[in-house]
Amino acid sequence: MIPLLAQSTTIPPLDTPNVEYSAMLPALILIGGAMLLLVAVSVVRRRPPWLWTAITVATGGATMAASLVLWFDVRDEGARRIVADALVVDGFAVFFMVLVSVTVILGALLATPYLDKEGFGGPEFYVLMLLSASGAVVMASANDLIVLFLGLEILSIALYVLAGFNPRRMESREAAMKYFVLGAFSSALFLYGVALVYGATGSTNLGVIRAFLASNLAPNGGVLLGGAALILVGLGFKVAVVPFHTWTPDVYQGSPSPATGFMAAAAKAAGFAGLLRVFFSTFSTLRLDWRPAVFAIAVVTLLVGSVLAVVQTDIKRMLAYSSISHAGYVMIGLQAASKEGIAGSLFYLLAYTFMVLGSFAVVTTVGRKGGDANHDLSAYKGLAARRPALALAFTVLLLSQAGVPFTTGFLAKFYVISAAVQSRSYALALIGMLSAVIAAFFYLRITVLMYAQPDDAGEGVRRLAVPAATGIVVAVAAAFTVAFGLVPSPMIHFARQATLLL
Amino acid sequence: MNDLDFPILSAIVLLPAAAAAVVALLPKNRPDVIRLVGFLAALAVGVLTVVLAFAFDAGDAAYQFVSQHNWIEDLGVSWIVGVDGISLFLVVLTGVLFPIALIGPKVHRDVKSYTAWMLVLEAGCLGSFLSLDLFVFFLFFEVTLVPMYFIIGGWGYDNRVYASIKFFLYTLFGSAFMLVGMLALVYLSAKGKPVTFDVRELAERGTLAESTARWLFLAFTAAFAVKIPLFPVHTWLPDAHTEAPTAGSVILAGVLLKLGTYGILRFAVTLFPAAAVDLAPLLLTLATIGIIYGALVATVQKDLKRLVAYSSVAHLGFIVLGTFALTNQGVAGGVLQMVNHGLSTGALFLLVGMIYERRHTRQISELNGLQKSMPVMAAVFTVVMLSSVGLPGLNGFVGEFLILIGTFITHRWWAVVATAGVILAALYLLWAYQRVFHGTPTGDNVGLPDMTWRERAVMAPLVVLIVFLGVYPKPVLDRINPSVEALVSRIEKATDHRQPAVATRHEVDGE
Repeated sequence: MIPLLAQSTTIPPLDTPNVEYSAMLPALILIGGAMLLLVAVSVVRRRPPWLWTAITVATGGATMAASLVLWFDVRDEGARRIVADALVVDGFAVFFMVLVSVTVILGALLATPYLDKEGFGGPEFYVLMLLSASGAVVMASANDLIVLFLGLEILSIALYVLAGFNPRRMESREAAMKYFVLGAFSSALFLYGVALVYGATGSTNLGVIRAFLASNLAPNGGVLLGGAALILVGLGFKVAVVPFHTWTPDVYQGSPSPATGFMAAAAKAAGFAGLLRVFFSTFSTLRLDWRPAVFAIAVVTLLVGSVLAVVQTDIKRMLAYSSISHAGYVMIGLQAASKEGIAGSLFYLLAYTFMVLGSFAVVTTVGRKGGDANHDLSAYKGLAARRPALALAFTVLLLSQAGVPFTTGFLAKFYVISAAVQSRSYALALIGMLSAVIAAFFYLRITVLMYAQPDDAGEGVRRLAVPAATGIVVAVAAAFTVAFGLVPSPMIHFARQATLLL
Repeated sequence: MNDLDFPILSAIVLLPAAAAAVVALLPKNRPDVIRLVGFLAALAVGVLTVVLAFAFDAGDAAYQFVSQHNWIEDLGVSWIVGVDGISLFLVVLTGVLFPIALIGPKVHRDVKSYTAWMLVLEAGCLGSFLSLDLFVFFLFFEVTLVPMYFIIGGWGYDNRVYASIKFFLYTLFGSAFMLVGMLALVYLSAKGKPVTFDVRELAERGTLAESTARWLFLAFTAAFAVKIPLFPVHTWLPDAHTEAPTAGSVILAGVLLKLGTYGILRFAVTLFPAAAVDLAPLLLTLATIGIIYGALVATVQKDLKRLVAYSSVAHLGFIVLGTFALTNQGVAGGVLQMVNHGLSTGALFLLVGMIYERRHTRQISELNGLQKSMPVMAAVFTVVMLSSVGLPGLNGFVGEFLILIGTFITHRWWAVVATAGVILAALYLLWAYQRVFHGTPTGDNVGLPDMTWRERAVMAPLVVLIVFLGVYPKPVLDRINPSVEALVSRIEKATDHRQPAVATRHEVDGE
């Protein structure tokens, strides 16, 4: 050994990985868009109010275009591992890239009227949104636990700021604080889990861990399982499954409504991207260990989410609990531990993204004064008489969330339940369906209010302006929900292919 | 056999849906135009269903006019519609009742939404009766909840919100079991073959373990039992019926409840014959309890509409009784009785609605002597009521008689107890009639206007059908029987259940 060392006099060149920029384009575009906004704000003198929105929407559009190009690449040539195996570009990752770009576009439109009314002129909101989205994209394509953590933090830190974006509202500051403290805590747990998994398997690379587990009878089983459990907790916090959900109602209620909508869509998608990939793909040999845990989480998530939603009187809290129960359905897909189950989960997330963004667009509008002045359920009384189109669109979105046929919401539930049945998880399937019945109650409660006669002095008779941008979001969400509820094949195909290319 | 060139069944389902879309686009301030468009669309559908009944080949037990298109290939779902003797007259019933319900009762507000929802409801009902794909059936079965929910909640009486939500949640609760059961059936019976929701194919596969089939049968039956409604999950029905607007009650009783009894026959019994035979005593018992309990509770009702609602519980009990007798007469009687109940109870709800329009009360104690001022109304009410009681010569008798015979030869004691229900029906209906129509009118009951020509025109087709089916049910039974016999013999092939020789027709024919 020593002579060998002595011989090497020159330091070998540092082995830097080859960076395939083209395959990282979606993340790069998002970050580039954020930078562009920051530069533009200091360079451009005349700034029409729509400029930031336009740049953000264009960035989202470009991200989607780049993602779709990648989609066809991946479909024709298979998955690619890039940057020294740190990232993977497969159908699964690209699916989430598309989803995140949809979220960015709709989220930006949602935010515009809010920021106008609240008097936040700058592009900061959009910058944070784009950065957060880039974190989500990194999470979706992470092939290494460390990279996953990196994406998680990029996503989360921007979201913490977004939650507290309106410092004039006490609740907003409170939400940011709660989200930050609990979020940091869960990130720490996640990181600890990564460390334990590394200790047990000798790598943080998902592919290596998978290969190791496939060929070794897990040494240090306890350490490995402990690590997996902590990762489940850390990501479970992001996607808000019970019992890691306690932040959700407060943060959803306190954050500015557009931020809530974006958070509900993006954080859930990104968190599940990590969760599904790590557990279904990497820890696939451990499924006998994690399936019962996921089963238990899914059951309590479904029940707690729908039961607690019933007693809420604040629409944002109610939607928070409803989003918790939606997370339970995505967990049903994971519990099935099959390609069908993952495809179901993906389809569910796709349907959910549109439903939740559309719903929060309505909430922002009805919330008046920027979007957070009034979230009491009574604000919805008689909405149909004032704004029939808005009420109808919201009804569609709510009925879809309740799982009424001919909507994407129904098919999403159907798909995950069908995967559960295929995996012989009859009990979970039944609990999922029964909790849908409980959930239907509170969705119906809002439709009842909307179609009730307005009180003479109540909210219902006051004029309600629907800004064009919000109108677009609601219309797109409702149209997607109905159109792909009637002709679901393209979207089912999309979700299916995403898993086949996992 | 399909001598019609165009896909009549798909047209029957899609026409009302398209008409609903058209109505949604019409201007809100022209209620007369909207009503006319809605009525004409429903009438066109009605004409199509009657054409269907005439084009139907009476000798053929199989599904007719089948048309099939792939829909969601990834999930193995196809759009398959077809009609046989079991569904034919339910389709016709739907086609007949909807134009009547649309044109009959007055609508007090928002005619546009009302008409659109009614047409959506019609599409949902027809889709349920005609779908031969389990998934598509489930879609239609579930989607009927939404329009009905809005019709009860939007145009109903005082307690409508409670009633509409209760209706929605109860049915959804039942469907939860069916969805899981349906998926389990589809995947368990696939066994390497491609996944399909095609009922015909699923019935052929039938490779389930006995206990599995029993669970699945119960899962399906749970959904249909709520819809029928069978004792003890009937409690949504009186509320929904009482609070619904007249047209809502007519459709709810006339058509929607039939989705339950039809579903039991078409899916639960057809797909799980062995389980149906094993569990028949349970269902027969529940049905008999429903007959007696519904009749007793109806007797003590103070509200005329609630009385009719509880009478539905009893009548639907008869239909279930006939179905689970699993004999030719019983099942055929059940199918016929579905149509009869739709006609007579639909007519009763229309009449109660007309009384309410005049008196703004449905309390029996506040009504008396209506016969004096409204002789025509009293006459029509008498015919309809007697049909509901099961008087020979009117339609109710034919159905109940077949059911009781069919049940008697296989399950004697249930039939004996159920027959008491016939007597109770006479009791509560005649007693109610006596209190409402007889005597000398007092107070507000004096000098009420009799039925208008429009109301008479609305009631006329129902009364004609009630009498026609009572006097000459042969053309209807001829179309029902082959499919029923095929179903019963299928059950006999799959199990050791045998109906007594008296129940089989071909022996008589062979003489």
